[in-house]
Order: sequence, then structure tokens, then C-alpha cells
Amino acid sequence: MAGIVGYGAFIPRNRIRTEEIARQWGKDPESIRRGLLLEEKSVPGIDEDTITISVAAGRAALKRAGIDPRRVGALYIGSESHPYAVKPSGTVVAEALGMGPEIHVADFEFACKAGTEAMSVALAMVEAGRVEYAMGIGADTSQGAPNDALEFSASAGGAAYLFGKADVLAEVLFTYSYTSDTPDFWRREGQFYPRHGGRFTGEPAYFRHVREATLGIFRLSGLRASDFRYAVFHMPNGKFPLTVGKELGFTREQLETGWIVNKMGNTYSGSSPTGLAAILDVAAPGDLILITSFGSGAGSDSFVLKATQLLPERRGLAPTVRSMLDRPRRYLTYGEYAKFREKIIVND
Amino acid sequence: MPSPRYHREIPARYRLEASRCLNCGRVAYPPRRVCPACRGRNWETLRLTPKGRVLTSTVIHVPPEEFLNEAPYAMAVVETPEGGRLLTQVVDCDPGTVRPGMEVDLEFRLVRKEGRSGILCYGHKGVPPEH
Ligand SMILES: [Zn+2]
Repeated sequence: MAGIVGYGAFIPRNRIRTEEIARQWGKDPESIRRGLLLEEKSVPGIDEDTITISVAAGRAALKRAGIDPRRVGALYIGSESHPYAVKPSGTVVAEALGMGPEIHVADFEFACKAGTEAMSVALAMVEAGRVEYAMGIGADTSQGAPNDALEFSASAGGAAYLFGKADVLAEVLFTYSYTSDTPDFWRREGQFYPRHGGRFTGEPAYFRHVREATLGIFRLSGLRASDFRYAVFHMPNGKFPLTVGKELGFTREQLETGWIVNKMGNTYSGSSPTGLAAILDVAAPGDLILITSFGSGAGSDSFVLKATQLLPERRGLAPTVRSMLDRPRRYLTYGEYAKFREKIIVND
Repeated sequence: MPSPRYHREIPARYRLEASRCLNCGRVAYPPRRVCPACRGRNWETLRLTPKGRVLTSTVIHVPPEEFLNEAPYAMAVVETPEGGRLLTQVVDCDPGTVRPGMEVDLEFRLVRKEGRSGILCYGHKGVPPEH
């Protein structure tokens, strides 16, 4: 059965605290901490982007898989912050990972679910027998407009998943997708910051799609919340995934391992894939794992995974998500953050 | 216009491909045609391990204009376990802490942008190591 043969994540080392952003705009940090459950978020360095994050995550996935990268026949990268408007991130990433030139490469976009989209297509290419191995990556260096609620969450990071049929670390048992036309969040061509549609963001967008995709994969698989050891849902803030998880019947214990948003922020396409990586860092053979992503526009992808005997011995070959969240970090002032995110206009 | 040199150097910049002299064992990064040690011309290709040790370093306070946003930053000569040497920035740390003997990992980073509308040039930079 096809599944994950290697996985890897990367989170940039810079952080900014909720207090620091709140102070800049005269907001009350405690109400944001309590309301959104966000303590700090990752910030990309001036020299980090979706391409560099994808390379770091992809290298970790290849290490855990232990295969020659030239055997990878497809590479898909999902992001809403591809550095080029025209020229796929995957061309640079494939070259840096030592893949190709005999490889099928494409960049995907679907707001925050572009990563699971890339994973879904990579898995299908392997299942169909078109390629021996395929990699799907979700990575972003997301931007929220200054003084917008999104500024407290929009962060940087990503995860890479290599799919194959032999020496699988986690089998993919079921997949399910749910999509509708819902104008909750968008960015028109040429605009710098995205906009969101107020009352459209919660119930009709996030909650409906995450709920329907998860209930759909329950029906398809015959499984219930209590059958899973771990579950991770897209994390636009701290509160939404815990609320929808509870509503679907999951306990705090099932949710907390993949719930890394309080320290990482919302890495958009990298959000639920990095949460899944944090789960694979600790899961035991036989554990069932649920992941449901969400992308505005809107849609959700769900996967049911089962960890194998091989997972424990392979995960030590690359850094864990927790080690990247806990390792020495540099805390930025709002001024440094504004410079790093190129929000300050300088003369040519 | 993208520089043809950048394109030619992609294997060295992206994958740390170096060459080892088949006559005397000298590792050259980026790869060369003539061995600077023995004048030999026969090489094998190898990939440098993405980590190393700082040999010499300096802090740049007055950078070329395109790196203005990055100053002050540390530049260092880093030697990999194979003996390949790179002149590179060391980032994600206080530049004053970058000293000879420091261990670094080499991470894939954006090295420069060719102006506002040109290509993006990638390569490797030193960062504090993972433990
Ligand atoms: Zn020689």
C-alpha cells in the first residue's frame, strides 16, 4: 500500500511575540492571547522564502527515506507565497534536492490547503504507478496586512512528504476532499495583502468545510473520532482547530500533539502538514492519524494515516518539529520584523 | 538579464557539488579545471556535507547597496569535513558571535535578487548548528 516514506519540516528561527505586535498598534495583548490562543509566531529571515523552506523540509524528508533523489518522479509545491509570479518554485527546489531532470514539477495554489493538495496529487501519482516516488510540499511565508488581525498569526514554515510503495513510515488508508465557492478570503491579482470577508470566515468557511471533510472521511472509512490516536486540523488561530475538533468528538489528548499554532503561528499551506509532522515525530506503530486541512475559497482535504513499525527508527534522522519550536530563537522587535518582512519602503 | 555564470554555477551553489583532484586529493569548491596544488587536470565530483567550521570571519557594517537591509552581517570562510572552503554569510545569530572555530550548518538561502524584477539567486549560508 502507498504511503509516506519520508517526511520533514522546517520552521525559521526568528520569532515575534504577540505582545510586541499588540504594543505597536495599541491593542490589548491579553485579549489576543486568550481570544486566539497565540503566544508568538515564526518570522522568515530576509533570505528565507517558500523555496528555501521547501528545500530544508525536502532534504529532511529525503534523509528519513534514505533514497536516491533521482528516483523521485514528481514534485509538487503548494503555497500562496511562491517567490515568482511566473516560474515555478519547484524548478529551483528539484534542482537543489538533486532530483530530475526526469521529473514532473508543478506549483499549486489553494490558500491554506495548497500543501495537502500537493500531497494528494503526489500520492495519486504513486498509487497510479506513474512514478516510483513523488513529493508533496506545503510551505509559506505568509503576510498579514499591518494592524490587521491576521498579523498576529501569519507566519512562515512548511513540511515535505515523500510518497512511495516500499518501506512506508505511515500508510495512507483513505483520502477525501470537500470544496465549494465561498468568498471568505481572497487576494486579487496585483494586490499585495489578502482580504477577508468578515462574517464569511468562521462558520460558512472554516467550520463547514473542515466538518464536512472530516465527517465525509468518517463515512468513507467507517471510523469514528475515538478510533484515532491523533488528529490535526488547519490552524488559522489557536481556537478554531480546538473548537472544531471538540465538536467532531476529539479529546484534548488527541489534538494537542499536532496543535503547534500557539508557538508557530499560521504557516498557511504549511500549517496542518507541519502539525502532522509533529505527530509523526512521536506516533507509535499502529496509531491511526487524521489530518484535515482548510483553504479559503474554500475547501478541505482529509487523510487517514496509519503509522508503521518503520516510523520510530526513521524519525531520528532529521530534526523534530518540537526541537525547531524550542531551539534557540531570536525574538524580533516590531521594527526588525517590519524590516525583515520588507514592510518598510526604502529608496532605490 | 540573468547572468550566465549564475546558471552555470547552479550545481555548486544549490547542491554544494565540488571536485576532488584524482592526483593529490585536493578538494576544490567551486570545481576547477586545474588543481591549484599539483596542476593536475583529472577530477571526481563530490557533494560537500552541508556543515563545517569557521576558519576566518569578519562583520560587514558598510555593505554593497543591495545588501543594505542585511547589515551588519557576518562573512566567513567555512571549511566542510571534506576540506571544501566557501566564503559565505553566517546568519540567524548575532554577527559578533561568529568566530574562528565556530561550527555551522549550511542552509539553502536566498543570496541576492537581481534588482526589483530580475531573477532570485540562491545558494548556501552558515547558520548555528542543530543539536
Ligand atoms: Zn591535485
